[in-house]
Amino acid sequence: MQFGLTESQEILRDSARKFFAGECPIAEVRRLMETDTAYDGKVWAKLAEQGYTGIIFPEEYGGVGLGIVELILLLEESGRALLPGPFFTTVVQAGSLIDAAGSPEQKKKYLAPICQGQTRASVAFLESSASWDPVDLRLEASADGKLTGEKFFVPDAAVADTILVVAHNGVFAVDSKASGLTLKPMPGMDLTRRQYSLKLKNTPGEKLANPAGLPRARGIATAALVAEMVGGMQRALDLTVEYAKTRKQFGKPIGTFQAVQHQCADMYLETESSRSAVYYAAWALEQKTADAATAVSIAKMYASDASRTVGNRGIQVHGGMGFTWENDLHLYYRRAKASETMFGDATFHRERIARQVIDTSTFAAKTA
Amino acid sequence: MDLNLSTDEQKFQDELRSWLETNVPREWEHAREQSLDERFEFHRKWQRQLFEGGWAGISWPKEYGGRGASLMQQVIFWQEMARAGAPQMANVLGLGLIGPTIIAFGTEEQKKRYLRNILNADEIWCQGFSEPNAGSDLAGLQMDARLDGDHYVVNGQKVWTSYGWIADWCEVVVRTDAAAAKHKGLTVMLVDMKSPGIDVRPLRQMTGETEFNEVFFRDVRIPVANVVGKVNQGWDVAIGTLMHERGSFGAGLQIIYKRNMDRLTELAHSTQRNGAPAAKDLIIRQKLAQCYAEIEIMRLNQMRAFSRISATGVPGPEGSIQKIFWSELNQRFQQVAQELLGPYGQLSAEADEAIDNGTWSYGYLRSRGNTIEAGTSEIQRNIIGHFVLGLPRSY
Repeated sequence: MQFGLTESQEILRDSARKFFAGECPIAEVRRLMETDTAYDGKVWAKLAEQGYTGIIFPEEYGGVGLGIVELILLLEESGRALLPGPFFTTVVQAGSLIDAAGSPEQKKKYLAPICQGQTRASVAFLESSASWDPVDLRLEASADGKLTGEKFFVPDAAVADTILVVAHNGVFAVDSKASGLTLKPMPGMDLTRRQYSLKLKNTPGEKLANPAGLPRARGIATAALVAEMVGGMQRALDLTVEYAKTRKQFGKPIGTFQAVQHQCADMYLETESSRSAVYYAAWALEQKTADAATAVSIAKMYASDASRTVGNRGIQVHGGMGFTWENDLHLYYRRAKASETMFGDATFHRERIARQVIDTSTFAAKTA
Repeated sequence: MDLNLSTDEQKFQDELRSWLETNVPREWEHAREQSLDERFEFHRKWQRQLFEGGWAGISWPKEYGGRGASLMQQVIFWQEMARAGAPQMANVLGLGLIGPTIIAFGTEEQKKRYLRNILNADEIWCQGFSEPNAGSDLAGLQMDARLDGDHYVVNGQKVWTSYGWIADWCEVVVRTDAAAAKHKGLTVMLVDMKSPGIDVRPLRQMTGETEFNEVFFRDVRIPVANVVGKVNQGWDVAIGTLMHERGSFGAGLQIIYKRNMDRLTELAHSTQRNGAPAAKDLIIRQKLAQCYAEIEIMRLNQMRAFSRISATGVPGPEGSIQKIFWSELNQRFQQVAQELLGPYGQLSAEADEAIDNGTWSYGYLRSRGNTIEAGTSEIQRNIIGHFVLGLPRSY
């Protein structure tokens, strides 16, 4: 039993860190967030070159075949860099869903080009209810696989070639240029991950073979999102500690003052605790342990609150500088808020945990 | 990362699990009318039973009575104890702090003399660090030690000494060079609590108990052979002890926390709120889930820390997050218990209507001390700020 990284995991993490620092420095993030879609084909090609677009997928579809722990380490680094564009949406969300729900033919058709960096994809889940619980889905596909209705908060849809539409009676792969499909931007806080509303009118879709794969894909995507959040928290902590060491007031660095030190200490505690939770969730998903769903909910619950709090503390320590557009912290703060609600916030996941461990407790049966 | 058990670890876990199944006392939760001594003797007996079964000091060297197993097996031990709902062991400070300090800094004679008796609970230990004028600023301690032949003659006072009332031995930090700089003139010594000149007085806590003590030293003679580490370099030894206190000590607590969580879950199902079991109340569920998750994260943080220790050999300053985490978590947990139990939560053991013999009112009051004992939350945050994050010293 060893809850640390192996040498090859450390190598993967270090090379990812170097890659993102080189290809996606914060100046590039700022350039991309001013564009229409926050997407850049050159960065995308390099992600594919690294094998990142196929990291966890089977080699028979052109993937690299690594595990979920490796995925988490990669996402921690892309989160640290605040990588804009559809990487998370395409690879983690849509890729995992096809991998878990598609037939071998569908994987050849949809997953292989994702692995090779040839296509981008998204997942349309939320509806006007904005509920992350599948029982609230209303969109229904007709018997011949035609979709009519609306989806909201669909990430990176404008640059997606394929959109996986989750209806209450199945998951459907829809060509983004298919008839009856229209997109409209939903401008929000996070400038690096754009969202769209999606209108479908008799739009044809291809039903994925195994919709029962949805929860597993959601679990993987949720854990990967938490990893991204941990990377963001780590970056906010690093920026804040650096600032506290250099910014002087009363003739000394503000990091000398305990009120400031304690904010930083709490950022450290919250970041490390989130990291412990997501590493375990990744391992549990990889091994398909009995508590995997609970482990994912624990990680998302904790990190949803922690990433917001870490952002608050970081900006507070930066004072007025932290409130400026020029300072990078607000970019992370925006992403943290978007990620907090994505796949369910802390309240949502606490209820999940309660269902898994309070309702199933042996005492519940006794009193029922 | 590989959380699967190795063949050895699996064998260890299987063996321990079946041993615990036959040996853990059933329905052992104490009646509150039991005195502190009665309860202590129960835990001492349990520790002996563990020792005789070969389960005390999992990662301590075999030649001193330990099992000679890995640190990760120690982690498995705590998890299994928690899983089995087993009582904690009696010699808390000996096992958690003083033993590891003697293993790291002690002489061969000291290891032979003390370690086995820590494991079998024949000798109970306390820790004489804090003084009336040296709390958070520990290095400011004043207990005076003067060399007289082959003994030190020690005068002064220690305070907040947990287990002082029952301890046979004490690890003290004393000042052996009054002229040296604050951190430089300190020495760690092991003192027999039956030595003439030691006066242990009870210190009543807000819980009403006298779990800890004031210990007065008047011309107490401590043999030079009882110095741990080097004379005037006691600060390093003391910090070593404190690293264990902050870092690894909390790991044993998951035994208690899991037990408390299970019991509170049970109570949530049997307590009525708004015409239904409290466990169905949406807000209570949120709070219980938060507690459950935090207890799990505490366990995971500790596992990660132990993996790091087993790679590097020593606990580091990042152990301070464990101390903050377990202490603040317990305060939040006890408050949730109070909310669930309402006025019943406040009943003491004397009340016929008390739930669990007043455990919950005691637990609430006792948890108030958690963020103060073993280094305040403020000191832990200072340590993280300076030693982990590299911020300038604030004092």
